[in-house]
Amino acid sequence: MYNFDYLRPASLAEAVEAMKGEDAQAISGGQTLIPTLKARLASPSVLVDLSGLAELKGVSREGDKLAIGAATRHADVAGSEAVRSAIPALAALAGNIGDPAVRNRGTLGGSVANNDPAACYPSAALALGATIHTSAGRAIAADDFFLGMFETALEEGELVTRVDFPIPTAANYQKFEQPASRFALVGVFVARFPGGARVAITGACEGGVSRWDAAEAALSSDFSAGAVTGMAFPADALIGDIHGTPAYRANLIGVLTRRAVQACG
Amino acid sequence: MAKDFGIGASSKRREDKRFLTGTGRYTDDMNKPGQAYVHFLRSDMASGRINGIDIAAAEAAPGVIKVFTSRDFEAVGGVPCGWQVTDRHGEPMKEPKHPVLAEGFVRHVGDPIAAVVAETRAQARDAAELIEVDLEELPAVVNLRAAVSGGTAVHPEAPDNLCYDWDFPAESKDAVDEAIRNAHHVTVLELVNNRLVANPMEPRAAIGEYDAADDQHTLWTTSQNPHVIRLLMGAFVLGIPEHKLRVVAPDVGGGFGSKIYHYAEEAFVTLAAKVLNRPVKWTSDRGEAFMSDAHGRDHVCKVELAMDAEGHFLALRSTTLANMGAYLSTFAPCIPTWLHGTLLAGNYKTPLIFTNVRAVFTNTVPVDAYRGAGRPEATYLIERTVDKAAREMGIDPAELRRRNFITQFPYQTPVAVEYDSGDYNATLDKVLEGSDRAGFEARKAESASRGKLRGYGLAHYIEACGIAPSSLVGALGARAGLYEAATVRVNPTGSISVFTGSHSHGQGHETTFAQVVADMLGVPEDSIDIVHGDTNRVPFGMGTYGSRSLAVGGSAIVKSVDKIVAKAKKIAAHLLEAAESDITFENGQFSVQGTDKSLAWGEVCLAAYVPHKYPIETLEPGLEETSFYDPANFTYPSGAYACEVEVDPETGKVEVLSFTAADDFGNVVNPMIVEGQVHGGLAQGLGQALMEGCVYDENGQLITASFMDYAMPLAKDLPSFTVDNSACTPCTHNPLGVKGCGEAGAIGSPPALVNAVLDALSDYGIAHIDMPLTPSKVWAAIDAARPAAAAE
Repeated sequence: MYNFDYLRPASLAEAVEAMKGEDAQAISGGQTLIPTLKARLASPSVLVDLSGLAELKGVSREGDKLAIGAATRHADVAGSEAVRSAIPALAALAGNIGDPAVRNRGTLGGSVANNDPAACYPSAALALGATIHTSAGRAIAADDFFLGMFETALEEGELVTRVDFPIPTAANYQKFEQPASRFALVGVFVARFPGGARVAITGACEGGVSRWDAAEAALSSDFSAGAVTGMAFPADALIGDIHGTPAYRANLIGVLTRRAVQACG
Repeated sequence: MAKDFGIGASSKRREDKRFLTGTGRYTDDMNKPGQAYVHFLRSDMASGRINGIDIAAAEAAPGVIKVFTSRDFEAVGGVPCGWQVTDRHGEPMKEPKHPVLAEGFVRHVGDPIAAVVAETRAQARDAAELIEVDLEELPAVVNLRAAVSGGTAVHPEAPDNLCYDWDFPAESKDAVDEAIRNAHHVTVLELVNNRLVANPMEPRAAIGEYDAADDQHTLWTTSQNPHVIRLLMGAFVLGIPEHKLRVVAPDVGGGFGSKIYHYAEEAFVTLAAKVLNRPVKWTSDRGEAFMSDAHGRDHVCKVELAMDAEGHFLALRSTTLANMGAYLSTFAPCIPTWLHGTLLAGNYKTPLIFTNVRAVFTNTVPVDAYRGAGRPEATYLIERTVDKAAREMGIDPAELRRRNFITQFPYQTPVAVEYDSGDYNATLDKVLEGSDRAGFEARKAESASRGKLRGYGLAHYIEACGIAPSSLVGALGARAGLYEAATVRVNPTGSISVFTGSHSHGQGHETTFAQVVADMLGVPEDSIDIVHGDTNRVPFGMGTYGSRSLAVGGSAIVKSVDKIVAKAKKIAAHLLEAAESDITFENGQFSVQGTDKSLAWGEVCLAAYVPHKYPIETLEPGLEETSFYDPANFTYPSGAYACEVEVDPETGKVEVLSFTAADDFGNVVNPMIVEGQVHGGLAQGLGQALMEGCVYDENGQLITASFMDYAMPLAKDLPSFTVDNSACTPCTHNPLGVKGCGEAGAIGSPPALVNAVLDALSDYGIAHIDMPLTPSKVWAAIDAARPAAAAE
């Protein structure tokens, strides 16, 4: 770890001000950032700790959506009665990220802002059609937010403040773990809405979290496992590494999508 | 009824109080007055020529005391190897120098090039980034088969990258070839024993100290064998005699073999402490451990098993390429030879066996013993081949094994060793019953109804533990004896301090050894303290590895306690005014046979130190005895393992549903600790079989350089184990009748799991999949076999 200054602002306004510093880096749960710092792969001049911002924490149900503060920890989302009753698939997803230590530090905002191509939350945000609210007062649709591996629509110094998740008719997340990191080797989030289905894939795509248009079309006209059986995700844009070839990931996408639809009931 | 103390009791581990409450004393917990810190600049290239090192900027950096390069080590030796193998031409193995800091060339990612000593760890690391190394990349040797096919050499001394080319037993070659040529059936299998990283919970650490007043060096280090380190480092690297060098291995958080060896960092801190006249500390971080701790396994093998029409084994032939890495680690040469070739009979009376092993230098981290060390490789090779043979011959795998089991003991194998005891049918019976083999077909049908493939796999194993008779290993190339030493000091009030050369780094010796002494003397376990890990306190020791601590170290303690009792009886006889031959000693009481006269343990101990009424003309005061125990033979633990799995054919994911172990460890001192040792071994063995695998790319870059890519098993990956050790046959040649239990789980479990998975996949006609059986590999095998299966 290199030396850095450390600030723990008491309000969002102070945090935004602090983020104007050169090479300032926000830290929320730190579950990705701290290992990165320890490996000397990042050298921010100042760490702006968002953990003191009560305004970024908590879950509330507002009509047909769930609003979850960016600094809400995975364990709190997993245990939230509001999340469990409105979108049980989201609570289950949060309850299976990493290990208990990770879930008690890591936050929703940190996960979507980092946009790790194998993270779980981005697939939920994309499949549920979430809206990401930021410190710049922007409300960004998930479709416009996730731009590629570790890339988002956030501007320099802009912080995620809240994510609004529309409540689906049914949803399910199927995670197939990479054996070592226990991130998603492939994760598929299927959400069913009165107007149609959305399917988001994590862990597999070179471009980061992605929607599967063909499966969505099939499921929107016939929401059944049969509608996606035999469908193949094109393997040409998929990740290949020691844990799985593109062909293997393509297979998993098909299998997990079908299982997610089945689990939606 | 279970005993509540002494031999056979499940005494709670006394050391766990400090381990579980954070009061253990590990090397990194210690800080010495005036201590400086070292950071090693390590090569990020697998192979390169060092054209220059500019340390000027680093030496000028804040807090830097000195930057060391190989120039500072010109007067010292290389890191030595403790075993010399002689090749099939009678030539000694190739033994290139392993410098403390790289001399002219780097030979693996992680090879230390320079070392920065600074006031703080961060300053040392900061300064290391300022060192400019002019490193010219050279082609790397990574793949084992390519390494021996000509081309690039890792060391000029070994132009074909061969450390040795070894035949064993050389005289059997022709007979084995002929038996294989003429056999009814020959089962052939090519397999890889995957490379592993030991990953003990505590990374390595070392502190060097120097006291100029009396020219005394001290090394605090994470070692399984401090006396061995004192010998290797003192005699071969730094030239420090034993009386000027103290090596302490305090609490050590797991070793699994990787902390047996003498490492360059130990020599560095010891020398640097003298050069700088202040303590120097090094603590590895996890990333550094991946590229500097010795790795394990990494064999590529071909096996042929010849049988007659009834499946009787006639001959076994294997050829193995064994990776040594870039330099020879302390015991590396003996692992694929004397700890592997001598076990190729397994549990079977195969009359003819021949193996050829070629040890290969590559541009990778040195490879050495890892839990089991050679014996897992032998067991995997045999038990996979036997299972394949059973399938090819249409014989039930259990029946084929029974047909070939050794049943008469002692048994002289055709590969040098003589098994003293065992009952392989008994452990097989136990495991078939414990795993409900009879109910398997019904469970398989139930799985099939859910679209899952269920499989059942068996494996047997034999080990050679209790390492080892010194005269034998000396003849085989060991550069040391492999006895063990123990001092038992009875204090004046009867409390006891036991000084053992064995080293506990998770095994529970402090509990088990106290049980043995308590049982022999009839005194409470808590009146006994076990002292280990310090060359200034313990007379001598060869350390802990090869499941040897109780069989060899425990036997040395028994010898010393026997001497104590013999002397105490003499004192008691004098005090009781009786003949020595009339004194009996039982439950801590010395009695005169046929009378009611007796003395308690403590009274006799006090008399030894307050010899007012004492046979002083014929007996010295005091009550302390030292013994060295050199075993007459190896011990031969054995067992049968059964594994049941379910494979998801859509994803290739293997779920281990149950694992049943029936082990023969001889007599058991602490059943709870033995069960824990088996659990740990099974977790590591199943980890190897299911998910662990160290991967280098073609340029010698370590791909699995962190836990993000190197998979370690979690509790959720494993079933609740069923462990039995009731089918026990005591060892016939050590006083406790014990065999050793530390490595068994890791030795027997990989073939059981792989056999189970292949059983599950039997409809697909998949003959073999190399470990680790990751979902992607299993799915790829199924996917490739699908058209064939569909066509049938």
